[in-house]
Amino acid sequence: MHTGFLRFADAAYLKVSIILSLASIVAYWWYDPLEPANGGTWLGFTLGSIGAGLIVWLTLYGMRKRSYRSRMGTVQGWLSAHVYLGVSLIIIGTLHTGFQFGLNIHTLSYVLMLIVIFSGMWGVVLYARFPELITLNRNNLTRHSIFREISELDRKASLLVEALGSPIDRMVITSIQLFSVGGGVWSQLAAHDSSKMMIPIMKGDKRQWKKVGNSQQAYLLDMLAQQVSVCRDPAISAVLQELSDVIRTKSGLTGRLLKDIRMQGMLELWLYIHVPMTFALLAALSAHIVSVFYYW
Amino acid sequence: MAIVGSGVSDSAKYEIVVIGSGPAGLSAAARAAELGASHILLEASDQLALTIQRYQKGKHVMAEPGFLPLRSGIEFDAGTRENILSNWEQGAAKHKVNVAFRAEVIAITGEKGAFEIETRRGQRYHAKSIVLAIGLQGNPRLLGAPGQEADFVQYQLDDPDEYRDETIVVVGAGDAAIENALALATHNRVYIVNRRDEFARAKEGNLNKITDAINRGKVQGLFNTTVKEVIHKAEDNKPGVLLLNTADGEVRIPVNRVIARLGAIPPRDFVEKCGVQFPSDAPAAVPELSAQYESNVTGLYIIGALGGYPLIKQAMNQGYEAVEYIRGNPIKPVDHDLLAKKFAGLPFDYDVEEMLAFLRNEILLFKPVNPLRFRELILESNVFCPPPGDVIFARNDYTDSFYYVVDGWVEIVVDEEKDTRIRVTAGQFFGEMSLISGRRRSATVYAGEFCVLIETPRRSMMRLINSIDEVKRRIDEVFMLRAIHSQFAPNSDLSDLGELISSAELRNYNRGEVLFAEGEEGDELHLVRRGSLTVSRYINGRDVVLSYVPAGKYVGEMGLLGNIRRTASVRAAVPTETVVMKSGPFLQLLGRDPELKTQVEEQIRQRLSLNSRIEAGGEGGELLSFLMAQGLGEATDVLLIDESLCIRCDNCEKACADTHEGTSRLDREAGPTYAQIHVPTSCRHCEHPHCMKDCPPDAISRNASGEVTIADNCIGCGNCESNCPYGVIQMAYPGNKQPSVWSRILFGSEAKTTKSADAQKRAVKCDMCTSLKGGPACVRACPTGAAIRTSPENFVDLIKRGG
Repeated sequence: MHTGFLRFADAAYLKVSIILSLASIVAYWWYDPLEPANGGTWLGFTLGSIGAGLIVWLTLYGMRKRSYRSRMGTVQGWLSAHVYLGVSLIIIGTLHTGFQFGLNIHTLSYVLMLIVIFSGMWGVVLYARFPELITLNRNNLTRHSIFREISELDRKASLLVEALGSPIDRMVITSIQLFSVGGGVWSQLAAHDSSKMMIPIMKGDKRQWKKVGNSQQAYLLDMLAQQVSVCRDPAISAVLQELSDVIRTKSGLTGRLLKDIRMQGMLELWLYIHVPMTFALLAALSAHIVSVFYYW
Repeated sequence: MAIVGSGVSDSAKYEIVVIGSGPAGLSAAARAAELGASHILLEASDQLALTIQRYQKGKHVMAEPGFLPLRSGIEFDAGTRENILSNWEQGAAKHKVNVAFRAEVIAITGEKGAFEIETRRGQRYHAKSIVLAIGLQGNPRLLGAPGQEADFVQYQLDDPDEYRDETIVVVGAGDAAIENALALATHNRVYIVNRRDEFARAKEGNLNKITDAINRGKVQGLFNTTVKEVIHKAEDNKPGVLLLNTADGEVRIPVNRVIARLGAIPPRDFVEKCGVQFPSDAPAAVPELSAQYESNVTGLYIIGALGGYPLIKQAMNQGYEAVEYIRGNPIKPVDHDLLAKKFAGLPFDYDVEEMLAFLRNEILLFKPVNPLRFRELILESNVFCPPPGDVIFARNDYTDSFYYVVDGWVEIVVDEEKDTRIRVTAGQFFGEMSLISGRRRSATVYAGEFCVLIETPRRSMMRLINSIDEVKRRIDEVFMLRAIHSQFAPNSDLSDLGELISSAELRNYNRGEVLFAEGEEGDELHLVRRGSLTVSRYINGRDVVLSYVPAGKYVGEMGLLGNIRRTASVRAAVPTETVVMKSGPFLQLLGRDPELKTQVEEQIRQRLSLNSRIEAGGEGGELLSFLMAQGLGEATDVLLIDESLCIRCDNCEKACADTHEGTSRLDREAGPTYAQIHVPTSCRHCEHPHCMKDCPPDAISRNASGEVTIADNCIGCGNCESNCPYGVIQMAYPGNKQPSVWSRILFGSEAKTTKSADAQKRAVKCDMCTSLKGGPACVRACPTGAAIRTSPENFVDLIKRGG
């Protein structure tokens, strides 16, 4: 019942795109200009016009996507056309160059166009793979409910440590206070857990509290395991084990959360190349068009 | 306002005693005062209009229905709770209304001219006539211990921040008690007293919070504890002492305040004790009243919500009119002109009262309806004369109103191909199928010659059916006849069906109840009349749902044809009603009608082949079980997201917010997922919308194309929000202009709502974008095709294609 955008309308735009590309190739192969193939022949001019028109139209997708009252087709149809016709630009654009490259504004436009197209293709690959992975990783939890469960686990842990006393209570409480995921772009994409906790260090007869990394609660779990191994009081040992279970669950949830943040970040990351490069392309394209007509 | 204290003499005599100082009672007392009648207004609490007082601060109160003029000595117009209350207090003072507070009436005895009214505090009042206007909220349940009337015992909590550094005991184990205890615990020493050993009645969120607060010592929990006595004696600088019976013996707590939150006692028992009769046991039933609001107890008048009129303006008008009638002034009801206008175009030379009497006499179904309720019904209905050949409604329309033929006839098309029609003539009704099933119209109806029709909206009709058994019985009879006729024998004569119909019966099933189980023997056929069923089989140790049977379809036909061992189990997916038919008379019918036999055999063939496909498909049946578990068995149109396509861009929510005044009516992320199919929080346009159940201004309706929408006359009461089991209705401020495409692209602007002082929240929900062409904005804005809207009949396709 659900149909993905690649299969929209029985992939009608794939067919349009193939026909357009084949027609361009046949025309290029058939046409034998007096001068070497370039953008200034009538075929080159035609291909260039089609390409420029396509680029402008492809950019309009961003507007259509946000025109929520527009009745001009569905956004899904537009995306389907955007993807297939965008890919056909590789052929149309390349044939338009007549394989003449150099260090100039014309080739710059061409390179920018390829960057936009390939970043878009990367986006399509991400769209095909990640949605399913995100659902599997979420395991029927929303991000909000993961945070809620973590804070519920923190509450349990803070009640449990009341029975344990110093210094374990403070270590657990600081691990809750210094819990930190996400942050900058890089931390998000790298699934970096910058959580920390405080541990007591004996310096002579003085005790100092030092901050250590506690990524995915690993440090705290190690410390609790070590405490269990030396504990001789069965009541305390039981509390320690219950606490370990709680922290282990928190660690698992944190892992899911980090992975979720990373994958959602990836789903958007490519747009930070695709969209700015589109605007750069529009600027370069305008310069290219003005300059060729000026020197014609 | 003359306030009568508790020291009033025991033998006070009045012409009119008004009980309850809500809008109805207050308006009645004010009219009595204006007319110079000796009167008293008895109020159980210590303030006027307790229900309105309990509204949250600053709540905007609407004045629906807009078409009805106000007729009262007391002012009332839409405005804030504070404005309205202050107007009422001023009105009561201006007319010198005689009020007695803390006068909870516990008994009414005697008869017209000599009623005796007794209050909880033991005062007695004598009255010639009584106006009962106590509403439906009921009185708070009291502590039930000696000393409970102490000043420091209260039954509600307006503002927890009012109290600081006090010792407060909250009695009760429900949500209200827990919420009060938690709110007070910030600045006070709080105890919570629970009769049992756990908070079984509380919502899960409240349960967690109170357990936590007790564990942390923020609230002292006293379990298995009852209140023994309230002692009015200062101790420890506190005004009184609460004596408790606990599992470990008696406990004394000196208190500043006791807050009892023990729920309310519904008023029906009290009203019945006064001698007033109710026509049925249904909880929604209202007492029988004359056109003058008089109950079966002569001299006892019932007005307002208790009489079935929950809107403030109606209640106030009735208060005024009831007093006029008591004084013997035969004024015309305020709706007289409205009815006159309604009847203006009809080919009958009657005045309003004659016309009403004629209609009540002409239409069989109205015989058991009392005149007042009938008047209300006509006021809510549309009376019209369609020209011959006009389509009243078409097959597959989603309308659900009910029609009576007053004159002439209409024709119902029972077989589209052969254009077989049956004629419904004057005195009869039609449209009952969709009213009962909540589904599309099953046939087209054309107007005949001289046609005069009454069209009654669903809500008014449901209220009638729920309160008068006789009306329900008559509609059910006709329903069975027509359902069996159109489903199984459109070409046979109605008289041939006599035996089949007399052997058929109606049966009700609760959600999850089994109609029949796999392997059992049985030969009954069930035609679903409302609700829906699931068919499942036990495969590899699990019960796998194979198909969904909506209202209008039938199951069990294999048993009828002789294969009496059931091959699958059938359960109710939601509360369901079926028409059950016995095998014998049905087989006779099949013998007479070879065409029907082929049709039933074809149905069996299709069902078997579908079942085996789903069994072979593996996960499909479990997906169907999952969807049914989400309550989609009662949906007509549901938003489903395929998470393997959803890129979480939330363009669906943005589109919804942009096209709906800045508030998205769907929550994409919320809701469960199974096999990548996600059911987000969004309206599923139920067959029998829960939200419609209790909408005072009747603002929620279903359009001809199926969408359940909330109209602009919403008063923001929030009933629909709390009645919706799927959490899809929100209370939201309306938004102004939404950001343009350019500001979205360049500045990343998001949808916005306003929150100005005079704006008020209204209920909002998915309206399927009825105002936009081309379908819902959420689906149209989904870039990847992950979001679709579909109806449960198509779930089978979802499964066959594997999502």
